[in-house]
Amino acid sequence: MADIQYDEEVDITDKVCPLTFVKAKVAIDELDEGQIIAIRMNDGEPVQNVPRSIKDEGHQILKLADNEDGTYTLFVKKVGD
Amino acid sequence: MAETIDYSSLKKGGFMRQKQKGFFSLRLGVVGGNLTAENIKTIAEVAEKYGHGYVHMTSRQGVEIPFINFNDIEEVRGELAKGGVRPGVCGPRVRTVTACQGSALCPSGCIDSYELAKEFDERYFGRELPHKFKFGVTGCMNNCLKAEENDLGVKGGYVIEYKPDACISCGVCIKACREGALSLVDGKVVMDESKCNHCGRCVKACPADSWDYEPGYIVSFGGLFGNKIYKGEEIVPIIKDKETLFRVADAAIDFFDKNAKPGERFRLTLQRVGEEEFRKQIRAAYEGK
Repeated sequence: MADIQYDEEVDITDKVCPLTFVKAKVAIDELDEGQIIAIRMNDGEPVQNVPRSIKDEGHQILKLADNEDGTYTLFVKKVGD
Repeated sequence: MAETIDYSSLKKGGFMRQKQKGFFSLRLGVVGGNLTAENIKTIAEVAEKYGHGYVHMTSRQGVEIPFINFNDIEEVRGELAKGGVRPGVCGPRVRTVTACQGSALCPSGCIDSYELAKEFDERYFGRELPHKFKFGVTGCMNNCLKAEENDLGVKGGYVIEYKPDACISCGVCIKACREGALSLVDGKVVMDESKCNHCGRCVKACPADSWDYEPGYIVSFGGLFGNKIYKGEEIVPIIKDKETLFRVADAAIDFFDKNAKPGERFRLTLQRVGEEEFRKQIRAAYEGK
C-alpha cells in the first residue's frame, strides 16, 4: 500500500457521510503531532470530500493512493493538537 | 371603498391584494435573504399591530405581512421605514434579488453572493419592465440558490491554473473533480480544459496550494419556474470581472425592455423574436462592443 511509512491506520469504508469524516477525525485526534495515519475509504463521495475536510481541519495531506479495489488510502500527518 | 383602490400602484409598492376585501399582504424589500435584527423587530411589531401577528416567507427569500388593512397603509409604511424596512415590489418590474450566503461565510462559495446581490439590487431593483424580471446569485456549483430558475442567474466559479512546482502529486484533486477533467501523468496533473466546469473543488481540496484561481461569474439567461418551466441558458464563457458582468446584465435587461410584449416573460420573448439576435447582443456586450 504505497511506500509511505505510517504509525496508525483506520478503515472508514464501513461508514457513510458524515460518519466517514467523524471516524477519521477521531482517529487523527488520538495521534501525536507529526504522526502519520493511513485512512482507507471508499471511492465516490468519501474520496471526493474527506480529504478536503481533513485539510480544512489543518492537517497535512501527503498522498492519496488507489488500492485498485474500489478503495483509496489517504495518508495524513497530524498537525497541532 | 374598494372601487377607489389603485391596485397597480399598490402592487408597485409591494401590496398584494388578498381574497379578503380591503386587505393586502405587504411584501417587504429583502436583498439576498438578509434582514437585520432591528428590521425583524420592526416587522414583528407591525405584524402584531396591523396584521394578524404572523409573517409569510415567500419562495424567493422575501417576507410578507398579511392582513394589512387598506386604511392603515400609510401608517404601516411609516412605521416600517423607522425600522429601516423598505417595501418590496410586485408586478412588471425587477423583483427581489436572491442570494446564498456565498464565500463570505460558506466554505463552498467561490464568489461573494450577497455583495453582488446588493449591487444588482442597487442597479436594477424595481426597474419598470414589460413583465417581472428576477435575478438570483448562487456562490458555487452546488447551486443552493438555483441560478437557472431566474431570468438572469449568476453562479460563482473559479478560473484555475495549475502550478506544477507546488504540486506534491498527492492525487487528491483527481478524485475531488467530479467532471473527470484531471489526471495524474508522470507525477503531474494534466487538465482537460474542455471538461472543467469551474466548480473549484480541485482548488479547495488541494493540500499544497498548487492552483492559482480567480473567482468568476457564470451567467444564465431566460430561466422560468412558473407556469412554464425552462432552464436558463449560458451564452458566454465564465466572466472574470464585474464590469463585464454588469455590461452583459444591462444588455439582457435592455433587450427584454425593448422586445417583450406587456406581460410576456423573458424566455417567451426570446422564443418569439428568435434567440440568435439576443445571443449576438450578449456576445457583443461580453466582448465590450
